[in-house]
Amino acid sequence: MTPMSRPYLKIDHVDKTYARGTQTTEVLADITVAIDKGEFVSIIGHSGCGKSTLLNIVAGLTPVTAGAVLLENREVNDPGPDRAVVFQNHSLLPWLTVYDNVRLAVDKVFGATKSRAERHAWTMHNLELVQMAHAKDKRPMEISGGMKQRVGIARALAMEPKVLLLDEPFGALDALTRAHLQDSVMAIHAQLKNTVLMITHDVDEAVLLSDRIVMMTNGPAARIGEVLTVPLARPRRRLELAADPAYIKARQRVIEFLYARHRAPALQAAE
Amino acid sequence: MSMPLLKAEAKAAASARSAPAAVIKLKTPTSGFSARILPALSAAAARVVPPLVTLALLLLVWEMLCNRPGATLPAPTKIWTEARDLIVEPFFVMGPQDIGLGWRVLTSLQRVAIGYGLAGVIGIALGTVIGQSVWAMRGLDPIFQVLRTISPLAWLPISLAAFRDSQPSAIFVILITSVWPIIINTAVGIRNIPQDYRNVALVLRLNPIEFFWKIMIPSAAPYIFTGLRIGIGLAWLAIVAAEMLTGGVGIGFFIWDAWNSSRIPDIVVALVYIGGVGFLLDRLVALTAGFVTRGTAAS
Repeated sequence: MTPMSRPYLKIDHVDKTYARGTQTTEVLADITVAIDKGEFVSIIGHSGCGKSTLLNIVAGLTPVTAGAVLLENREVNDPGPDRAVVFQNHSLLPWLTVYDNVRLAVDKVFGATKSRAERHAWTMHNLELVQMAHAKDKRPMEISGGMKQRVGIARALAMEPKVLLLDEPFGALDALTRAHLQDSVMAIHAQLKNTVLMITHDVDEAVLLSDRIVMMTNGPAARIGEVLTVPLARPRRRLELAADPAYIKARQRVIEFLYARHRAPALQAAE
Repeated sequence: MSMPLLKAEAKAAASARSAPAAVIKLKTPTSGFSARILPALSAAAARVVPPLVTLALLLLVWEMLCNRPGATLPAPTKIWTEARDLIVEPFFVMGPQDIGLGWRVLTSLQRVAIGYGLAGVIGIALGTVIGQSVWAMRGLDPIFQVLRTISPLAWLPISLAAFRDSQPSAIFVILITSVWPIIINTAVGIRNIPQDYRNVALVLRLNPIEFFWKIMIPSAAPYIFTGLRIGIGLAWLAIVAAEMLTGGVGIGFFIWDAWNSSRIPDIVVALVYIGGVGFLLDRLVALTAGFVTRGTAAS
């Protein structure tokens, strides 16, 4: 970890338990992650380990049971555009066009500070950033899954968030589309230097995109098992990395963690 | 390619060489007009002809059953001769109570418009509250489920006692009859707003008013329109019942009046009017729904 006294985003000893009647289930136990400004951090773990819960806690959509989330040393408890989320299933409003979906966010965040013309320009700028300006008048049902996710990213970027939260953003896409979008996200990150927290279950995706990978153990009461710093220079190119020893080593460490030391509970039960 | 096929081809080629090939004239579309209009016409005919045939058969059976001595109801031919002015001239005015059925329908529609309009506003508002709040639903839903089964006619005496005037009573009866499906369907629509859309609203920090107009109404629109469509049908059912008892110039009162002066053919004509208008109202709401909710289906 970078030796820094004041991290930009700090997930500080967060616990989460769900109470159902008299039964309580502990989902997350003592999670502490510190993220620097401009850093790209991935959280990886088997499904059901509570990684999406952790992202929802950072987003403010789920309250913590104990601990706190600090952004610029201030505690954040409720959702807001400073922690924009790119949802797993895009969550575009189907009755609005691509442009209006982004514009809704722009109007809400910059309604008081930008003029009408500036807001239009900012909406178009963000659509161009994800190469979706050509489809601005289409409705979500008229564009492909990858395009929808691009618009979802544009909407999140348009809020000018302090932290960009990606909740398995490419999980529902086919492999080729996913690779395209990963490249786009890398290019945008290089250009805007945003702080990104991404949830994923794809080892290659985590190694390719992240500066650090936080590996979570299986639930209930999931903890941070290991944190891996990815020692790869940017810009990273998918083709060159495939044979890079550092890439292969990082990939192996994550795979070893996920499949040797912390196998999915279902797999263990099957044996 | 296999050998037998090659042999067959060679044979065909040989026969083609021996006999001169016949020139077959391809059928060309004679004109763009008939090529485009004819299929459209036949498609329309396929939809229009069957109901017309059914109607003709029904009229025939009716005529056979009623056109004999001792029949209690008038046959179609008798209705045509006795109530011809009502059928061919919907908008005549011969005196304060002797006016065409078109005018009467319009008067009734005016009442329906007020009552149904109120039902729409109240129904969507109450449905939103019930859909949003679990406690409002637990408190109100059982009561609504009981109230909605009460017939419009049963509400009328209560309504007359409360308002002491026929016009507001009729409007109240329409409102109370048509409001329930609007409430219930709106509530279901609001409850079914995907959590994703709610999360988007939370991240954007939409205030309750923005949330209502930008997320709730468009997301629940298909459900709301289902309620509105059932509601307009019920409102039109209620107007006839309400006007039978409150009097005035509406189509419902006309039926009651015709019954009291034994003009059965007039009643039959009025029934046809009521059915036709009810059908048109239903189509109107359905068309509006199709127009408004285009693109709201989740993708």
